Amino acid sequence: MYQILQARELTTNIYLMEVKAPRVANSCLPGQFVIVRMDEEGERIPLTICDYNREAGTITIVFQTVGSSTFIMKDLKTGDAFHDVVGPLGCASELTDESVEDLKKKSILFVAGGVGTAPVYPQVKWLHEHGVDADVIVGAKTKDLLILEDEMKAVAGNLYVTTDDGSYGRSGMVTKTIQDLVEQDGRHYDLCVAIGPMIMMKFVCKMTKELNIPTIVSLNPIMVDGTGMCGACRVTVGGQVKFACVDGPEFDGHQVNFDEAMQRQQMYKTTEGRAFLAAKEGDTHHGGCGHCE
Amino acid sequence: MGDVLKKVPVREQDAKVRATNFDEVCLGYNKEEAIEEAQRCIGCKNAQCVKGCPVSINIPGFIGKVKEGNIEAAYQVISESSALPAVCGRVCPQESQCEGKCIRGIKGEPVSIGKLERFVADWAREQGIKPEGTTEKKGKKVAVIGSGPAGLTCAGDLAKMGYDVTIFEALHEAGGVLVYGIPEFRLPKEAVVKKEIENVKSLGVKIETNVIVGKSVTIDQLLNEEGFSAVFIGSGAGLPKFMGIPGENANGVFSANEYLTRSNLMKAFKAESPTPIMASKKVAVVGGGNVAMDAARTALRLGAEVHIVYRRSLEELPARVEEVHHAKEEGIIFDLLTNPVEILVDEKGWVSGMKCVRMELGEPDASGRRRPVVIPDSEFVLELDTVIMALGTSPNPLISSTTEGLETNKWKCIVADEANGKTSKEGVYAGGDAVTGAATVILAMGAGKAGAKGIDEYLSGK
Repeated sequence: MYQILQARELTTNIYLMEVKAPRVANSCLPGQFVIVRMDEEGERIPLTICDYNREAGTITIVFQTVGSSTFIMKDLKTGDAFHDVVGPLGCASELTDESVEDLKKKSILFVAGGVGTAPVYPQVKWLHEHGVDADVIVGAKTKDLLILEDEMKAVAGNLYVTTDDGSYGRSGMVTKTIQDLVEQDGRHYDLCVAIGPMIMMKFVCKMTKELNIPTIVSLNPIMVDGTGMCGACRVTVGGQVKFACVDGPEFDGHQVNFDEAMQRQQMYKTTEGRAFLAAKEGDTHHGGCGHCE
Repeated sequence: MGDVLKKVPVREQDAKVRATNFDEVCLGYNKEEAIEEAQRCIGCKNAQCVKGCPVSINIPGFIGKVKEGNIEAAYQVISESSALPAVCGRVCPQESQCEGKCIRGIKGEPVSIGKLERFVADWAREQGIKPEGTTEKKGKKVAVIGSGPAGLTCAGDLAKMGYDVTIFEALHEAGGVLVYGIPEFRLPKEAVVKKEIENVKSLGVKIETNVIVGKSVTIDQLLNEEGFSAVFIGSGAGLPKFMGIPGENANGVFSANEYLTRSNLMKAFKAESPTPIMASKKVAVVGGGNVAMDAARTALRLGAEVHIVYRRSLEELPARVEEVHHAKEEGIIFDLLTNPVEILVDEKGWVSGMKCVRMELGEPDASGRRRPVVIPDSEFVLELDTVIMALGTSPNPLISSTTEGLETNKWKCIVADEANGKTSKEGVYAGGDAVTGAATVILAMGAGKAGAKGIDEYLSGK
């Protein structure tokens, strides 16, 4: 069992948990992920590692309630435990392979969307600890859905917050901020790292391609084992089929076939939707499907 | 007594009934049937069957005990050589191994060695009889990577010799292919696999799940930091292969590994499982091996019409005869001499059909099998909503890429000596699918046995 040392709600539907997982904490690097299971029957849920503490043997995960499993998972409290935590899975961010001298010469822009702010954080923090300050754009639908602002502020060079509805910080999508920074403020970036909803990454890549900024994205397709065995997470990158769990999760965003990736994420939407309603409403149907009542 | 030239028939679930459930197909012998079948063994002095067994079970020895009605003694004879008799009795290809060499088989049917082994193991389990361990302690730690048939066998043998053994398993449950790959209706998980793993643990073997060697910890760390004197790699087969035809990433195309893992390991066949599996109407399984049969029969039980699509003919099907026979009985449709060329996709990205061509057999190729050749203008479309690719696997690079000095061959399989599992790296041994590429449970067990012997020789000489 893997004990939960801290569990809290960051904002509506987004939760943070610090979990004891010494083997993962000892070997993980930014960019990698874990798979967790709540109980003996539980689904295997892949989640990006959002922070780690090697001395304490803990990792931090952040998740949004999107299906029946995460809807139940949000109720886990400090002192509860996960049945399984396995990792670190996937390749570490390429940034961790580069020499610090090379990184210091680079101007790096991170673009985080929604719950994607969580996996961006360890990368920015890792760079900060190595003396590299990167610019960060954090986008959220509205002020209430913004997470980890203070944490990010502490490790980022410049932090730009933008909300879709303009309720906080700048107004509009992250792509607008990218464009403003480059075209209005005359900023130059050698590399962009974008993590967030698939649709956001798609449009960030479209924008950075026009601006000629190489871009890395982190994909979160459907997975089962996470070790390369099942092939559920296959994505097309530069016309080649890749397994996100072993070849990724980070890829050259300008090469990713986002439309296919988004379509593959829909695979179990109907089944999951039913399961989510069952988890939310129990045995009795209360019309949450929107079709009856 | 029946016809001595024929096996005592084994009871099975009726094909129509079993096609709708996940309960075991074969019901096995009872004691009377087993003793009757055992009488057919003539107890050869120079037993050919033993030579056909990759783990060299003393077959006439255990059958002799069954004849006497002493099933516990029979179990201990098997346990000397095999850690997983209830598994092997169910999934070994006996027809090409022990039973294939049986003298009885020259004139009539061979002795039903597999079903007898299964009976003995099931009986012992029901009576709560465990294999005999040792109290001897060698005072040396050995790490085993993977808890599939190779790893369990290696670990069991080393524990019997007195080594302190820890198995590291990447998944959340021990058993490897026995739990994620082979379906419930061929190999019950709770009743059989879990109990045999308990038996291995009762010998003193520790199992740590959720450890991915190469990621959570490296082999060098196990040897240099965690105090292990030797390592056995039994990490199994790897990444699923796809055909590389258009439409393969459409929704509704799965690898057999994914489909079977969802159903077997994650229990998606049960309605209450939180892990989903596609509710298919019409499925094509591409391939002709045992994994293809398992995937096809799983899809059938989940309510679909299922076609096996295989490019050669019935004779070349690599699956066990028994599995093909069972699949046919249950209503699987065999589209032989048929090869897919494209998966058709609807406007929403889901599979709508599969374009295939008809094949005929030409001259034999390098493997000696007649090479399938496309018949011109034979294209046709199979309408379906699901395609399962069962084309085999290529090795997983997780361990080889993170272990310095570990030699791999041109297929990226780990190079290991067949006799003792020795690899190019000192103290590191390997066996099973990680070395040979996808093969059978029993061959992996044989390799696990050889690895245990090799590790014992290495550590004894130290």
